[in-house]
Amino acid sequence: MSYFRSVSQMDDVMAELSIARKKGHELSLARVGKEFGVADRAVTVLSDIGFDVRPGEFLSIVGASGCGKSTLLRLILGLDTVYDGEIRVGGERVLRPGADRAIVFQEHRLLPWLTAEANVAVALRRSPLSKAERREKVAGLLHLVGLDHAAQAYPAQLSGGMAQRVAIARALVSDPRLLLLDEPLGALDALTRLRLQDELKRIVADEGITTVLVTHDVEEAVYLGNRVIVMQPNPGRIAEIVPISESYARDRSDPFFIARRDEILTQLGVGHSTVKGLSEVEARIDAA
Amino acid sequence: MSRSFVQAALAPVILLILWEAASHSGLVDPRFLPPLEQVWIAGRAEWASGDLAAAIRASLARDILGFIVGSTIGTVLGVVIGLSKTTQRLLGPMLVVHRQIALFAWIPLLSAWFGGGEVGKIAFIAMAAFQPTVVNSWRGVANIPQQYRELSMALAFRGLDFLTLIALPGSLAEIFAGLRAALIYAWMATIGAELLLDVAPGLGGRMDEGQHLFEMNLLVFYLIVLAIVGGLFTLATGRLETRLARWRAA
Repeated sequence: MSYFRSVSQMDDVMAELSIARKKGHELSLARVGKEFGVADRAVTVLSDIGFDVRPGEFLSIVGASGCGKSTLLRLILGLDTVYDGEIRVGGERVLRPGADRAIVFQEHRLLPWLTAEANVAVALRRSPLSKAERREKVAGLLHLVGLDHAAQAYPAQLSGGMAQRVAIARALVSDPRLLLLDEPLGALDALTRLRLQDELKRIVADEGITTVLVTHDVEEAVYLGNRVIVMQPNPGRIAEIVPISESYARDRSDPFFIARRDEILTQLGVGHSTVKGLSEVEARIDAA
Repeated sequence: MSRSFVQAALAPVILLILWEAASHSGLVDPRFLPPLEQVWIAGRAEWASGDLAAAIRASLARDILGFIVGSTIGTVLGVVIGLSKTTQRLLGPMLVVHRQIALFAWIPLLSAWFGGGEVGKIAFIAMAAFQPTVVNSWRGVANIPQQYRELSMALAFRGLDFLTLIALPGSLAEIFAGLRAALIYAWMATIGAELLLDVAPGLGGRMDEGQHLFEMNLLVFYLIVLAIVGGLFTLATGRLETRLARWRAA
């Protein structure tokens, strides 16, 4: 089954991928499992997770709360190194956090005592770049997320969407090869979220970074991802891997994407005939 | 004059009027509660002779030295303890118990170790400044949210990065509250040391003289001086704290 629907689209894709492959690392997971001890009892949070993400690919992971998708990101980042199986980034086993990986959390986690600019610069703390080069890099990233004017603002002066954009700039400033997004837009209002989805799509496509997005918003997963992994809870496992499109050029109202969305919703146990609005879908998934 | 100032001033003014009336009417023995004008006379004499300035200088020097020694040790130790769960388990309980011992109970031991002279006094003042600073800086650093510790790992911080970028600025408010308390404690300890250890130049020394010469007006005058100096300390630290925590006001 081909997801390219025209020759010209295919050309776009090849052009995009050739840029992309220069920067992103490959990510591969094999038989990854994770248990937590809860009151003398081992609870399996993740079971037999295996997938590969190609360099420059954007992978979305969706699933109900508690399916272990955030735990999976923590493992890939190297925050937690006690697990079964193997995780490799750019061929190297993940043993600890490293400068080749960056994360954006659901909460912006900006340091309240630093300006937006300084918050981005903390990620270059251990960079070999000169002072002037760092300043240039930070300014460039703030420009990329459209916040040149807010460089001197403190986090308390920024709106939720602006703060999250600073967090995205902080994640990108160190030129990571793998970008992890842990429901980065989940705490934002619907309009800001749509706008930032477009920005994320543009930035990640331009930069060609391999990206893994964890979200419970199916529409977001489909809109941004080249592929979507659907996870099921108890224990957290992969239910299905849904290919979307190799291209980043897409339209929210494209019937093709709507069909993929409905397919995933069905997989999550939400019948698409009953789907009326996005918020209702989210509520159902959260409750699942 | 603002309404709140008038309200705040009401009780002291009434008290002063009652005081004045009591010592003049013969209700109380003016030798024990001297009338205000007698306090004023004592104050002017202290000012004119230079005794007031010399006493303030001597006490402040002692206070500041003890404060610096005690609060430096306290803050550094507290931050180090707060950084790791192991040090918290090892040293935390001991410090909590240490805090239960009344400050003045250390005087006999400290004077045995360091003598009742200058060194003993400064050791006691340092101990007073140590207590609130160690506990506050420890709690401040230990209470840095887990998210920030995770962030520091995610950003691959090394060495002192976590300390300088997250732990210290993040616990600044608590550390400062500790330093502020330490300044007040140290000031109390200064007067305590001057009154309870060997007599030496300083505000406590002047009060000691007032007591021995039975000059209650001198004693009362120096009580007022103590209140003013203490108040100035509080005011100054409050200002400094606001300046250092600009981001909070933002």
